[in-house]
Amino acid sequence: MTDGLASGLAVLSTLLVIAPLVAIFVYLIYKGAVSLNLDFFTHNPVPVGELGGGMANAIVGSAILLGVGSLIGVPVGISGGIFLAEFGRGSRLATAIRFTADVLNGVPSIVMGIAIYALIVVPQNHFSALSGGVALGIMMIPTVCRTTEEMLLMVPHAVREAALALGVPNWRSVMAITVKTASPGIITGCMLAFARVAGETAPLIFTALGNSNWSTNLNQPIAALPLQIYVYALSPYDEWHRLAWAGALVLIVLIVLAVSLVRYVTSRGVLKGAS
Amino acid sequence: MGVGIEVTGLNAWYGTNHTLQDINLNMPANHATALIGPSGCGKSTFVRCLNRMHETNPIARVTGTVRIGDLDIYKDTKPVEIRRRVGMVFQRPNPFPTMSIYDNVAAGLKLNGYSNRRALDEIVERSLKNSALWDEVKDDLRKKSGASLSGGQQQRLCIARALAVDPEVLLMDEPASALDPVSTSKIEDLIFQLKSQYTIVIVTHNMQQAARVAEKTGFFLNGRMVEFDSTHKIFTNPSDKRTEDYITGRFG
Repeated sequence: MTDGLASGLAVLSTLLVIAPLVAIFVYLIYKGAVSLNLDFFTHNPVPVGELGGGMANAIVGSAILLGVGSLIGVPVGISGGIFLAEFGRGSRLATAIRFTADVLNGVPSIVMGIAIYALIVVPQNHFSALSGGVALGIMMIPTVCRTTEEMLLMVPHAVREAALALGVPNWRSVMAITVKTASPGIITGCMLAFARVAGETAPLIFTALGNSNWSTNLNQPIAALPLQIYVYALSPYDEWHRLAWAGALVLIVLIVLAVSLVRYVTSRGVLKGAS
Repeated sequence: MGVGIEVTGLNAWYGTNHTLQDINLNMPANHATALIGPSGCGKSTFVRCLNRMHETNPIARVTGTVRIGDLDIYKDTKPVEIRRRVGMVFQRPNPFPTMSIYDNVAAGLKLNGYSNRRALDEIVERSLKNSALWDEVKDDLRKKSGASLSGGQQQRLCIARALAVDPEVLLMDEPASALDPVSTSKIEDLIFQLKSQYTIVIVTHNMQQAARVAEKTGFFLNGRMVEFDSTHKIFTNPSDKRTEDYITGRFG
């Protein structure tokens, strides 16, 4: 009887957790799917009043921004995590880095945007894709760094000892054994950070700015899906509202696809049965 | 071939805890030496001083001399070099979980930059044969992960991994204590065979095991070595009262 009650409560809680996600997804499909067509993926936005048009530039723009962001956030975050867990354990520097990462994690994204605006956009005198990518990359660092650290600390001491006892130098053992053993968790951390910044709008307003034309130039303002959705959703035009819904749907689907792809590619190399 | 081990005036600490006090001991080449004693007596710390694993703990400290063959391991050489000459098998099997059986055995060589594939294949096969695991795993060397084997097989995999780097000494810290009786007897048979090629030091809680596999036995108590003699003498006619009390089960 009590077992039944407990599992009933567990199921109920699970449903409560899943419900908002399902609701959002269903509503997005309901609102967005009707405006989705090939043009959405192949055309740039058109001026107000004209029908049609798409978000091809924003999709590519988001991909570029996230690419730049990941190129910064993933290596810096992982290296930081490795330092915290393996080389700097207990040192003052490590404590300082850990504290900084936690504070950075709590910095509102709009503040990050303003900071990058002051540090990169103002000196360069123009908005750019690069500055947007840097903003996203810096926002990824704390999540990647702390999950990497936690995952590395979960690798059993016995595994590290096994490597050391074979006469493997410590740095080599860390890179080849500890990091490899923790890699599924580290990849999850990277994906989490990636998915989080993929939907960020605020840090891009002052940096990437947005662009209604096609641009892949890192030195020019660039379009991004969240920015485009933001602009369209706040506009007074019904056609743009519909496109905003479609954009939101595409953003979510693309994030899910990117995360699944990375998981698939990285899981193929790992042996089955490994824990 | 195995080499002899000469320990003179060995002291070890964990922080302020003086875990080993003035140990003097000569272990002959190509023999098995068993170390017995109650939990916490320092026998594990002792074997960890023989391959300089003790000092991997930041609060640990060692003084004294350990000669392995003609090498004074705390003077003449770096820890990584001595660990290649002195292999170690731990209490709980600890294969690398993300690696295949093959890669587990080859790990010590590969991670030290050895990459001749054909030679690696031979070494992996020879090591697995020497650890009596080859017949059980030869068909899925690269398919299965080391972690997918049974506990006894994992421990023999760890022995193969230690043998692959071609050590002169093999340290075994209670290698069978986490295993069932069948796996235990396989490990004991193995120790018996390996003696011809390696000097073996085995820590054990199981006195029958010590009697079965080792020619020499040392009895440790409270961080000191109470008695060291031929296994036969230790178990039938020990010189020290404390040794007799321990092996007859009066304490420990």
